Amino acid sequence: MSDTTRRALEGVFWPVVSLLAAMLLFGVFVAATGRDAFEMYGLIYVGAFSDAFAWQNTLQRAAPLILTALAVALPAQAGLTIIGGEGALVLGGLIASTVPLLLPGPPLLVQIVMAVSAMAVGGLWIGLSGFLRHYRGVNETIASLLLSYIAIALLSHFVEGVLRDPASLNKPSTKPIGEANMLGNLPGIEVHVGLAFGLILCLVFYVVVRHTSLGFATRIAGGNVRAARLAGLPVGQLVLWTCVAGGAAAGLAGMVEVAAVLGSANASLTAGYGYAGILVSFIARHNPLAVIPVAILIGGIGAAGSLLQRRMGLPDAAMLVLQGLAFMLVLGMETMTGRWKFFQPRGT
Amino acid sequence: MDSSSLGWWGVLLAVFGGAIRVSTPFLFVSLGECITEKSGRINLGLEGILIMGAMAGYGTSYLTGSPWLGVLAAGGAGLVLGALHGWLCGLPRVNDIATGIGLMIFGTGLAFFLGKPFVQPKAPTLPSIPFGFWSDSPQIAAALQVNVLFIVGLVLVYVLHWGFRNTSWGLAIRTVGDSSDAARALGFSVKRVRLLSTAAGGFLSGIGGSFLSLYYPGSWNESLSSGQGLMAVALVIFARWEPLRCFYAALLFGAAGALGPALQSVGIISGYYLINAAPYLLTLAIMIATCSPNRSLAGAPGELGVTTR
Repeated sequence: MSDTTRRALEGVFWPVVSLLAAMLLFGVFVAATGRDAFEMYGLIYVGAFSDAFAWQNTLQRAAPLILTALAVALPAQAGLTIIGGEGALVLGGLIASTVPLLLPGPPLLVQIVMAVSAMAVGGLWIGLSGFLRHYRGVNETIASLLLSYIAIALLSHFVEGVLRDPASLNKPSTKPIGEANMLGNLPGIEVHVGLAFGLILCLVFYVVVRHTSLGFATRIAGGNVRAARLAGLPVGQLVLWTCVAGGAAAGLAGMVEVAAVLGSANASLTAGYGYAGILVSFIARHNPLAVIPVAILIGGIGAAGSLLQRRMGLPDAAMLVLQGLAFMLVLGMETMTGRWKFFQPRGT
Repeated sequence: MDSSSLGWWGVLLAVFGGAIRVSTPFLFVSLGECITEKSGRINLGLEGILIMGAMAGYGTSYLTGSPWLGVLAAGGAGLVLGALHGWLCGLPRVNDIATGIGLMIFGTGLAFFLGKPFVQPKAPTLPSIPFGFWSDSPQIAAALQVNVLFIVGLVLVYVLHWGFRNTSWGLAIRTVGDSSDAARALGFSVKRVRLLSTAAGGFLSGIGGSFLSLYYPGSWNESLSSGQGLMAVALVIFARWEPLRCFYAALLFGAAGALGPALQSVGIISGYYLINAAPYLLTLAIMIATCSPNRSLAGAPGELGVTTR
């Protein structure tokens, strides 16, 4: 076995062990509330992966998760911990919902303008955190989360104010973008094209990060800022591109939610995809390709959530408990890295 | 006298009274984080601990009928979660910022899950002292209703301010936070001091959470806290790790948070959501104004990774 294989195996092994441990602990937690843990495991399988319908539901949820995870994974290459994907998603969705009203035109053109404007706003929003980090020394983790709260306030302000559709009584929403402007499904399966956007972006960013000089420079800046400066690398620009690109992905997630699922911008945009994306990226160890299977897994657990709620009376917060458990176990398991001889390079 | 006759004075008075009310959770969380960060570790998960404390406090108060037992339970819940964070971060290679994000999600989820049965019932809440008894104006009387926890917090500010300088555990925390090598040379156990500091920070944050559910707003629901825990972390940086400055900063944040409801009470509702976002904007503005990319902040614990790369 080559040293690279051993390294890669270790990168997969510990996150998988952590996830299994999280499921186990969650089972204990569920059992402690007087419910049947094995029924819970069975329902997660049924609700997430058992048949075509479950898979569609899972992939439908995985699509925005892939995109919001990129908003964490890309800045992480440059050494930043960004957790503000929710804000970029919300603003991307909000601006996308205004495009059909302001610029009516042929659906394809409208959709392209929606996507581009959502990516621009998302990129700007996360880019701001990167800018403040590099040029003002502001902690980007706190700044990006604060900007998320501000973005959600902006959403409420506009959706319950000037952009409110008078016809939306119980749930304030913007005017519907119109049936013609909705994104269609992928050929052959009942999953919207947002999934394809996510897959393509993951592939593109994987190649950029791992196989281009730009990606190489970014990873140096992320590993050791001083070394990067000594080598004459433009650290500020490297930080900025990862944040803008990651934010654009999260903004696109907002556009996809509006144009493929919700049909208008409203409070449902704040469904927590931005926060779950953080977990996805950390489990995937910020590897853009690994984001895909992890997003499908987490999306599947989320898809099973409503089934667990109906059949076992588990509140939707149970999914947050599971996410939090998984998150802390994955991070705690980092301490095992390099402890097992089996995974160590043999130097052959 | 109704609120319109006081006009803008009414708004000012409401902001003043609100600052005292709204600042209390900020005060407790920031003092807790101050202890944790002085020991050289950051706990971003205080938001989760705050919510967990709010739930535990409300639930205990409802079940036992004693709000003070609720405060204690909230502190206990915070202590456990803080210790968990402290233990995890004490392991080699474990990143404290990322673990804090995990704790934020875990604490929030656990509180929402366990708190489901307590959303409807009304629990006994904490008493307050009517310092405004001399006034006929209901606004002044309302503004000067000061909760006991605020006073406890104020006392704690001075205890910590004095304790950091004059006691052996204050010295231990500061040494561990400034240079773990020096601390080891002096015979302090870096791991244990940080674990205890993080647990103590969790205890205070839990109490801050109980204030939310047991006094103001004074009920338990899932939208109770919206970032107060996180803002308190930023507040500690602004306060340069000084308990006294934490107090002033908490009052400032309380005033910013009280602005929205105060303006609403005199009938200004346009831009309500934006005005309610004032504390976030204030936090961000303060961080931009006080941080610098070229130096670490004056007073920053040397081992703390949050202000420098």
